[in-house]
Parts: sequence; structure tokens; C-alpha cells
Amino acid sequence: MSCEWSAKLDRYVDSELTGGELTELEAHLRACPACTADALRRLQLKRMTQAVGRRFSATPQFRLKVEQSVSAGKRAWWAGRWIPAIAAAAALVAMLIPAAVWLQRARVEQTLGELADLHVSTLASANPVDVVSTDRHTVKPWFQGKLPFSFNLPEMRNSPFELIGGRLAYFQQSPGAQLLFEIGKHRISVFIFQDRADLSRLNAGYSLHRKLAFSSETWTEGGLRYFVVGDASPAGIHGLSERLKTAY
Amino acid sequence: MFASLYNFAHWLTQDREEAEDLVQETYLKAFKGFTSFQQGTNLRAWMFRILRNTFLTSRTGLRVKMTDPLDLDEDTEAMPATGETPETLLLARADQQAVQDALERLPAPYREAILLCDMEEMSYHEIAETLGVPMGTVMSRLSRARKSMRERLAATVRGVTK
Repeated sequence: MSCEWSAKLDRYVDSELTGGELTELEAHLRACPACTADALRRLQLKRMTQAVGRRFSATPQFRLKVEQSVSAGKRAWWAGRWIPAIAAAAALVAMLIPAAVWLQRARVEQTLGELADLHVSTLASANPVDVVSTDRHTVKPWFQGKLPFSFNLPEMRNSPFELIGGRLAYFQQSPGAQLLFEIGKHRISVFIFQDRADLSRLNAGYSLHRKLAFSSETWTEGGLRYFVVGDASPAGIHGLSERLKTAY
Repeated sequence: MFASLYNFAHWLTQDREEAEDLVQETYLKAFKGFTSFQQGTNLRAWMFRILRNTFLTSRTGLRVKMTDPLDLDEDTEAMPATGETPETLLLARADQQAVQDALERLPAPYREAILLCDMEEMSYHEIAETLGVPMGTVMSRLSRARKSMRERLAATVRGVTK
């Protein structure tokens, strides 16, 4: 099948369409299931490429070596250029401070964006969960032997949330649990991973984010990092998060 | 940015030691040439451009230029998208290893465009700035790279080795 709009789908998934073009394409996607499916597949390939592309990481020794060599270069460079050095250093500091803030924000958005993608691709799957049960005493034991940690699940009776099941999830080369809950017609994913230094940098505790109609909340407890992600209202996401915290 | 630069360097060189040399040289060049960096312009694109230009003058980079000529898509017209085809339908069944293989087999100019776009989430403008090519060429390379990956993944899923 070929559609005149499909030529714009790459630019759409790359967030390169703006203004009228974006509005028109989104209107078309609402009316064209073929283009919508095509856009989703392109997005899946983009996300898979993103996942496999982050494949190589430098050793801590090498990172240290670069830091040292740059520092050595810096000392030599400063020795003969006091005045321009001061100007350059001021410029560098001026640039690095907003860069650090931007970098931190970008890290948070990237992490939550990746988890939102995991959530969406789970919902797109014909078999979104590997263990299908509304019973926490069935879902939790299913993860035994599959994860290097354990977690608690709260009682969901008398709450608007219903447990649907769970599956293994991999995020940045680490295994974790993905639990699927339902509130009304909305499905929410709860991701649980071992907390790491890079994840800890996301925030010190409670944090609620909202972007592209997805809400997410993250916190750490007992060495585990929790993420709650879904298109439910921020109040719904927060409600489920609070419920999960009662399970400790 | 260090992690991103290293990862990109390793993809370019396909070798840990060469990647380390490349990143180290990039940082030193960036530091020495910092005064040439124009504030208000894109620091990330500037760093990636230094890294890529350094790579292209290395022995491996020169070899890559010989085997994957950078002018293979001087026709800057983006390829028409194929819409819903058996290839795209099969894509959903491809696994990460297959995607990795498809990425590795792309010609270097296509692969670097895809990595900067999908992995580094650079805009087309930033990619054009980094690679020193027009935006149309960026779109063309991305389009061709994705088409090639879709076809290879579909072949893999079908169990056919192209």
C-alpha cells in the first residue's frame, strides 16, 4: 500500500514536522489506519536502533585518562595565555552551567521517554504480559529466579486499580519487572529496577513528570528504583504510586 | 557527552583502542580549539564534528572512505517511503540482534546518519552541521538507511540470508 503521506512519516517520527505540516499529518493519521500502523513500525525501528546503538561504553580507566590528559593540556595552555585563558575560562563556565542543567533535564527526559516507549510497545504487543493474573500472590512469585531482587505488591482490592499481570523488562542492559495495571480504560506500567548511580541522579525522591500526554512518577526505596508510566491522569499515576509505596 | 562520543567513536572505528585514541584526540583538539567555538552555536554538534573529522583523517577513516564513498547519495532527493509492505509487517518480529546486524551492515555514511538521528536524537539540522552535508542529503541517507534496515530485517525474519 502506498499513500502520499507516507513520504513524511520519517520526518514525523524524527519530530521534524512542525506547524501546519504536523497538524495535517496528525489529522491524516487519525483517519488512515495504514499510515498509523506504518508510523508505529517506523517508531519501533527507531527505538530498537536507539537501544542497540548504545552498545559501547568506555572503561572508567579510559575516562580518567582523558580527564587527566585534558587537565595536563589545560595547565600547559594556561601557562602562556593568562589573559585569553581567563576569558576562555569564563566563557567555558558560562557555557557549562546551563549545559549541566540542560544535560540533567535531557537525562531525565530521555530515561522517562525510553520507559514510555517500553510501555507503548508493551501495549502494542499481542501478548503484553507473560504472567496474566490479577492476583499479586501469583504475579510476584513468577519473578522468582528471574530477577536478582524481590519486591512487594500491595493489595489492590477496594482501589480503582486492577493488576493485569507482569513481564520481564530490560532497560539499559538491566533486567527488571514490568507490572501492568488498569484504571478505567487506561493502562499503566510499573517498572522496578535495581537502583544505580545514573538512575539515582534522576531525583532525590518523589518526582512527577508529564510530557506528550504521558505521566510518570519515579522514586527509590530499599535499593530499588520505581517508575510508574502511563497515559492516565497525573492524579491516577500518583494514586497508584502511593498505593505501591504502602507495600513496603 | 563523553559516553555518547565514545559510543559513536566505537561505532565508527569498530575497535576499542582506536575509539579510545579518537575520543582522546577529539577532547584535546576541542580544548585547544575552544576559542574557535562560537558561543550560541551547538556544542554537541561541534564536538561530534571534531570527532568525525578526526576519524576521517585516520587510517581506518581513510579506508572507510575508500570502501564506502561518501558521495554515494549525491542525489539528495529523499527516497519515497514504502508504506505498509510485507517488510514493515515482518519488522515487528525482528529482535535486537537482528537490528544490530542490520545496523552494522549499513554503509558508513548511512550508519553515522542513523546513529546521530536515532541514538543521539540530533535534529536534521544538527546532523547536517555535524556531517557537513546539506539537510537534503541527511534526509536521503536516513531514508535509504531505514529502507535497507527494513529489508534486511525482513529477510532475517524470513530466514533468508541476503
